[in-house]
Amino acid sequence: MAATLVEKIMARAAGRDTVSPGDIVTIAVDLAMAHDSSGPRRWQARLEALGTGLWDPDRVVIVSDHYVPAVDAESAAILQVTREFARDYGVKNFYDMKGICHVILPENGHVKPGMVIAGGDSHTTNAGAFGAYAAGFGATDMTAIVATGETWTMVPETIRVDISGALGDGVTAKDIMLALCRDLGMGHHFKVIEYGGPCVDAMDMEGRTVLSNMAAELGAETGLIAPDETTLAHIRAHGGVVEDEAIQRWRSDPDAAYAKVFNLDASALSPQVAAPHSPANSADVGVHAGARIDQAYIGACVGAKLSDLRMAAAVLKGRKIAPGVRLLVAPASSRVTAAAAKDGTLEALVEAGAVVLASGCGACAGLGAGLLAAGEVCISSTNRNFKGRMGHKDASVYLGSPYTVAASALEGRIADPRPFLKTRRAAA
Amino acid sequence: MSAREGRAWVFGDGIDTDLLAPGYAMKKSPEALARHTLEAVDPQFAAHVRPGDMLVAGADLGIGSSREQAAISLKTLGVSAVIAKSFARIFYRNCMNIGLPAIQFDPAGRIHPGDNLRLDLAAGRLSNLATGKTWPVAALPPHLMTMIEQGGLMASLTARFAKPGAAAHPARPQGASHD
Ligand code: SF4
Repeated sequence: MAATLVEKIMARAAGRDTVSPGDIVTIAVDLAMAHDSSGPRRWQARLEALGTGLWDPDRVVIVSDHYVPAVDAESAAILQVTREFARDYGVKNFYDMKGICHVILPENGHVKPGMVIAGGDSHTTNAGAFGAYAAGFGATDMTAIVATGETWTMVPETIRVDISGALGDGVTAKDIMLALCRDLGMGHHFKVIEYGGPCVDAMDMEGRTVLSNMAAELGAETGLIAPDETTLAHIRAHGGVVEDEAIQRWRSDPDAAYAKVFNLDASALSPQVAAPHSPANSADVGVHAGARIDQAYIGACVGAKLSDLRMAAAVLKGRKIAPGVRLLVAPASSRVTAAAAKDGTLEALVEAGAVVLASGCGACAGLGAGLLAAGEVCISSTNRNFKGRMGHKDASVYLGSPYTVAASALEGRIADPRPFLKTRRAAA
Repeated sequence: MSAREGRAWVFGDGIDTDLLAPGYAMKKSPEALARHTLEAVDPQFAAHVRPGDMLVAGADLGIGSSREQAAISLKTLGVSAVIAKSFARIFYRNCMNIGLPAIQFDPAGRIHPGDNLRLDLAAGRLSNLATGKTWPVAALPPHLMTMIEQGGLMASLTARFAKPGAAAHPARPQGASHD
């Protein structure tokens, strides 16, 4: 019987030959991930009450990224609990202040096709780009998962998003996702999105994780992309082990049943900007161009990987940000910072006037440096602009790609990045 | 299980987790955080909601973060059930896991702010005592019904592990001090 990728993963994890959408099954979890905000501080008392310990400390990854570096005694205490838990429970895969959890996982070879990954964070979907069922769970669910190594789930239907055409200059995977938030809506609860098509095939893994990361904004359980040579090469380059057969095994059958198929022509897409307070409020950048900003933020799991910093640098190099505007850059991991320091990216950003912040969730989570005051306006390369997320509840956040955020920092207002890239090309 | 009764607090579509548990208050104690619940859209809610009251919303209730505090804050304030046209998956699971029933039901035109509601989970019935109307609500899957009856996932895990012999597993490896 023809099956979708998620059905194949769930059948394997449930120990069954086949499963169908709507089936309620218990699945074995291959990897559990949590960060300082949702993990140990929430698990500890509950695990002690249960007396189970961790089902398998080697399958648990803990990352300190939300409260780093500590800005007050409370955040310091949260980080302390996290460190002590990792030590006491024998969690060797503990990444303390090394970067954002969703970037840490593939950076360290933890993700491979066909896995079930349970994460204590809604953007756990990020790992779906590697052909893994990677979904977010709340703290009690995660406690049960790290205690037992399993969880219940309802087998989801799949929505296939086929993306054809090549992205134009200055247009990115982020723009695809903002357009999809608007066109498909954010209500795909208890469903998975599966992306494919020539445009996805042509993307590197950093671009693909933008699609899977923001599947969370579509409301989906995860955002799957079937593995190909690009996937395997990336995993191996980051210390992971994966068999060649994964490419044949972990893909939907050609005649698999999708709940819906949506087609998008990437070549027709302009840079997108989502207006406050929802990623679904997106429109072509021209619609919002000229809107005043106080701050431009390049950060988050979705928007501060090396490729994202390079996009910003391509716009900013040799230019200066507008007076009265602040540009904050929080690279997604310390490895990203190191690579950006080596290839000149960081220099281009700093010389343009950027302030470089610690790697972590920071302003994206509303917890760290770079928050907004009442009435302030920010354009951000993050994935969410809900009211009150990045500081004061009366602040406004627009979302855009790193190109668009950088161009807006130069102009002091929301701006189309394409002219900046064009003049560069003409001068070269 | 006895039926739940309380007043309806009605909200629209897209009530997200940042509205339910704002980031700027996430470091506070559960009780202090709960006082910020929904303040960006209704500053009266946290101060005036009473034990038993129900949160009623449109589509996509609980979209956004995995933060369980979004559900815990509602329970802390005494909310006895959440009713919405549709739920974000993680929020739905979080509610059930802490023993706060999440009922999928389109309230448009049927429930108004302040109406007295009665939810009888065992019978699968929701009544608006203000209008005298009663509707069937879809039965929960049996494992969720059991979990809610036990008081949530921690209670059902405790029941599962509190068997003879379970205490033999140490909470953490030897030598760990954590006082
Ligand atoms: S960077 Fe933002 S979206 Fe990503 S994990 Fe951190 S808080 Fe969540």
